[in-house]
Order: sequence, then C-alpha cells, then structure tokens
Amino acid sequence: MKKNHYTRRSLLKGGAAALAASAFPAPMIWAQEIKDITLRQFGTGVSNLNEVAAKVKEDLGFTLEMTALDSDAVTQRAATQPDSFDIADIEYWICKKVWPTGNLQAMDTKKIANYNKIVGIFRNGKLNPDSVIAQGTAPHTVGFTSGPGGTDFVAEESGWMTLIPTIYNADTLGIRPDLIGRPIESWTELLNPEFKGKASILDISSIGIMDAAMVCEAMGAIQYGDKGNMTKEEIDKTMAIFTEAKKAGQFRAFWKSFDESVNLMASGEVVIQSMWSPAITAVKSKGIPCVYQPLKEGYRSWGGGIGLSANLSGVALDAAYEYINWYLSGWVGGFLMRQGYYSAVPETSKEFMTADEWGYWFEGKAAAGDITNPFGDKLAGAGDTRDGGSFDERMGRVACWNSVMDENQYMVRKWNEFIAA
Amino acid sequence: MLRYLKSPDVTGWLLAAPLVLVLAVFLVLPVLMIGVVSFWQATEFSIVPALSLENYEFLFGSAVTYDVFWNTFRYALIVWALTLGIGFTVAFFLAFHVRTLTWQIALALICTVPFWTSNVIRMISWIPFLGRNGIANSTLLSMGVIDQPLEWLLFSDFSVILAFVHLNTIFMIIPILNTMMRIDRSLIEAARDAGASGAQILWNVIIPLTKPGIMIGTIFVLTLVMGDFVTVRFMSGSQSANVGRLISNDVGLLQYPSASATAVVLLCAVLMVVGLLLRLVDIRKEL
Repeated sequence: MKKNHYTRRSLLKGGAAALAASAFPAPMIWAQEIKDITLRQFGTGVSNLNEVAAKVKEDLGFTLEMTALDSDAVTQRAATQPDSFDIADIEYWICKKVWPTGNLQAMDTKKIANYNKIVGIFRNGKLNPDSVIAQGTAPHTVGFTSGPGGTDFVAEESGWMTLIPTIYNADTLGIRPDLIGRPIESWTELLNPEFKGKASILDISSIGIMDAAMVCEAMGAIQYGDKGNMTKEEIDKTMAIFTEAKKAGQFRAFWKSFDESVNLMASGEVVIQSMWSPAITAVKSKGIPCVYQPLKEGYRSWGGGIGLSANLSGVALDAAYEYINWYLSGWVGGFLMRQGYYSAVPETSKEFMTADEWGYWFEGKAAAGDITNPFGDKLAGAGDTRDGGSFDERMGRVACWNSVMDENQYMVRKWNEFIAA
Repeated sequence: MLRYLKSPDVTGWLLAAPLVLVLAVFLVLPVLMIGVVSFWQATEFSIVPALSLENYEFLFGSAVTYDVFWNTFRYALIVWALTLGIGFTVAFFLAFHVRTLTWQIALALICTVPFWTSNVIRMISWIPFLGRNGIANSTLLSMGVIDQPLEWLLFSDFSVILAFVHLNTIFMIIPILNTMMRIDRSLIEAARDAGASGAQILWNVIIPLTKPGIMIGTIFVLTLVMGDFVTVRFMSGSQSANVGRLISNDVGLLQYPSASATAVVLLCAVLMVVGLLLRLVDIRKEL
C-alpha cells in the first residue's frame, strides 16, 4: 500500500474543491471559526462530565470547557457573573432564582430540532395526558418565557425556552434489604423507632427539608399547602418533629457528600436514609445489597437543563445551538441513561443503547445479561430489574420537585438549628 | 541620612519592618475585613455594604448560638484536661525517666510519627475502627466483653473528643517537654537532699517550673479545638455543632456577613481566654 496515492483524478478533484472553496468561501471559514470557538460551561457535577466535552470536540469540533461547582456557588455565579460563562448547566429551581436577573437568554424552540420529542414533563408538565402535576418547582412552570428578552415565566409553550432540559431523575430512600428484612413501603419508615440509631438524612437544607416533609406528610402529622414552598409555620412544625426524633437518637449521622452516604450505607451504620441514585449503584458495586426503594407516597424529583448566557451572540451562539441539538440527539442521553438518569428525549437515546440496556433502564424489564455503566462497572446481572420499574412508573409518581422557597432564608436558619440541636 | 540609619531606633524599626508588613497584610488586614463585613448585609445573590447590626442581633437572639458556644467551650475544656494529663505524663517520662539524650530524641520523634499523614486522614481512620461493625466492636464482641455493639463509640461526643485528643496531644507534649528539659537537675537534687518526697518534688518544683510550657500547650490546644469544624463534622456524623461549623454552614450558603459576625464573636471569645491565660503566667519572663 502506498501512502501517498496521488492519481491524476484525485489531484483534479482536489483542485476543483480548492477552486470551489475560493469561490464560495463562507462555509470553509465558518468551519474554521467554529474550531476556534470555546464555550465555557459551568454547573453542578452531575452532568459536567469530561466524556461529554471530549465527545463534543470529536463530533462538533469546538471546545467545551467545564467547571463543576456546588449548587450554591452555581446559583451565585449565574446570578452575579454573567460574563464568566457561556452555558449554564443548572437545575430548574436555580433557574427560578436566576432567570429574573436577565443573565440568561431565551432559546427559540424553532431552532431545536427535537423539540417536539422532549418529554411532556418539560413542556406542559404532564408525562401522560392524565398525570397530576407535582408540588414544588415543576420544570415546566419555569421552562418558558414570553419572548426574546423576557425575564418572566409563562405557563404555556410560548416557543421561547429558559432552559433546555438535559438530565433528571426521581429520588427516594435507599435501604439495606438484608439488614431490614421486611418490605418498606412508606416514607414514614425513616422515623420508625425500629430503625433507631440506624437512619440518616442529608444535611443539605433545600433537599433535606423536602425529604423531611415527605416523611411528615406520610405520617399524617402535617398537611402541606405546597411542600416546595412552605409557610414559616409548616417549616417550624417539620423541624420540630425532626428535632424530637434527633434528640431521641433516631439518626446515626447526617451526610453532606455523596461519599459519606455511600460509606454509611456500605458499612451498615445506617440501614435507611435519603440517597441519590448513583450512590445506590456505588454501594451495589461493592457487592452489598442496596435498594432504591419505591415508596407509596411517591418520589422527590429533580431536573437540570442548560441555559445560554445573555452575552452569547453570532457564531458562538450558533455553536451553542448546535451543541444543544447535539445534546438532545442521543449520545449524551444514552451516556446518562446508562448511569440511571433520564434524558429529555429518551427516544433518541435508544439508538445509543443496546436493547437490553434500554429494556432495563427505561422499560423496567428484567436484564437479559450483565448491565454495565459507561465506565464498564457491572451494575446488574441477568434477571435483575431496576428499582421502581419503568420510566413511566418512576417519573409518573413524582410527589414533589426540588424547589426554592419564598421563606428560604428562614428555612436555612431553622435547618441549622436542627443540626445544632 | 547615614546618621539616621545608624540610630538604634531607626535600625530597630527597619529590622522589624518586613515582619510588620507581612503581619499587617496577611493578618491584620483580613481580620479587619472580617470585622467590616460582619456589619454588611446579604441577599441570596449578593453582599451589600451596610452598617447594620442585624447579624449580631440574630446571633445573640438565637438560643442555638448559646448552645453552640457552650458546646465549643465544653469540647475545649475536656480536650484540654485530657491532653494536659497525657501530654504532661509523656513529657515527664521522656524528660526524667529516659536517661540518654539519644533515646529522648528517638522517643520524641516517635511521638510525631502520626503527623506524617494529614490530620484529616488520621481522623477519618477512626471511623471504620469505631463503627458498629468496626474493629473495636468486633474485638469486644469476640472477647465476650459486650453482647451488643456499642453505639456510642462512633458519631458521638466520645468519638469527637477521642479524635481531638489524638490530633492535639502532641501540641501539649512538645512545649512541656521543652521546658522540662531546661529545668536545672540540681534543683531536684537539692529538693531531695532537703527531704522532699517524689510527689512534693513534682508539685513544688517541677510543675511550677513547667508552667510556661503548659501554658503554651494550652493555648495551642484551646485555639485549635475552638477553631475546628472538620473534626466535629466527621466524628459526630454532622450531629453536633460547634462555632466553627456554624461559620462553615454560613459560608456554604454564601452568607458571608453572618459568618463574619460569628467569626468576630469567636475571635473575641478566644482572645479573652488567651488573655486570661497570659495573666496567669508571664510567658515572656519564663522563656
């Protein structure tokens, strides 16, 4: 095989192409320019994955710089430093705080190729036509604005989106079935004296209070108007119940970081606790049984999306739209779904997953063979089914979305008192 | 000009200038800044310069503050008593019972071995040891000492204090050892010749002479324990709070002004304690 196999024909072809290029230079220059573009994305760690940046470089040619921060820092940066980023990867409740500052720009849904395939949760709030919309900051309530330049939220699908949904999931309690030895069906079990000294809740106020509210409501102790936007009185009552439980020694510990929750569960210090889905996976991958237990009161759910900085314009803005369209076109979706999250356009992700993976993660079917995550770790074997079942069963039973309350400052102070009590 | 430079006043100031500058920029200025910010106000996104007493009002108006400060002092006192007891004993052994200097140096170095890893690792390594299914509990169970795992070993005040003592005893040992080594042995011989018993020598000769070392160790331990937040968070499983955790929670929620206010109050409390200690013993004179 010769390496430089120039024939007269190929040389002619090349010459013709060069001629064409010099006659119509625009696309060439554009292709060159987009390579020089760097989009700066920042957000919480969940979807800020280096694999995504590498794949963007490969598929689209431009550079995506990622910065991962915790959600408080993300909120502050999105609200106060609009020049420091091009793309904000934030949760919907953060959007509720940040959008009114005008630091993000509305996105034209006509430019989003797969817009019509985005699941209903992010458009009219309904997964299925008969779904009931959950409490808290439901994504569709902060998903649309009145038009370009709008800083308000509108209820209907206006054609101008605030965030393009990227990743979401339904959270519940994690349990150690081997140490509990009986079925767990309700959020009330977190405060069941049977698990005295073996329960835990997460010490992140905005999420912890929500889990606490799920428990109090399930116990019938408090009726909430909206768990995602509690009154001062509701906050007081919730914290009183949990403070009492804390003083009675119900909790073994509180956790703040992902690793802590994994260690508490894996070591058997705790048998029931608030947990995030990848933490369950991490415990399981150590060969320790752990179940993401579906509960009859439903899930506490969260969703994230990407928003564009108000400063983006011209070629960079075009590149950002291209990135969004690529994001929804399936590869990222498959990558995320194989870790147990959901994609905003599940049907495009299907092409990037095996039939068995799709059946296990999305349809709730028993796995035919080993299920591995994108990094090659085995998560389930043949015959296993996903905790909670199919997409519809899980996302159809959301009781409350992560949110930010009007009484946020008060809640934070009360939460600190609970921790110090 | 040259005459000026040769005046002892000027050279003195010039010699001190680098240190003054470093301290002014890296210590005095930040502390002043914290003081200033403590009067500011914060919204969810931004910090607003103001002259408001709101942060202090909230701090002194909340029962939690008093609980947390009490907790901080309680930890400090217990840890101080334990580190002093252990530190003094170890230093005494090294100074008066180990005969050769070589052995003294060798043993003192062994005391520092745990410091070859970071203090976070030293602290966290207790967690699997003390856990419900940890080494301590399984050993006790297999020895038949207990028939139920001891729950209070981990994520309790016990584990917090254990970790504090483990981390901080060395800061007691070294200064005490240092002063003990400089005690003139003929004083002890003289006391013995005059008929003093071992206990009397210890009480009337050695302890008074090691006071500066004890005081320096005390200042180290008290300030370290009162300013800590990591040990309390990890060893109590986030279930106990001290002032440091109050501040770190505020910082996490971007409430810098209220964190500053708490820091100012803590700083005053620690300075008062240290001031009191310095009144008891004149360290300068004794050094």
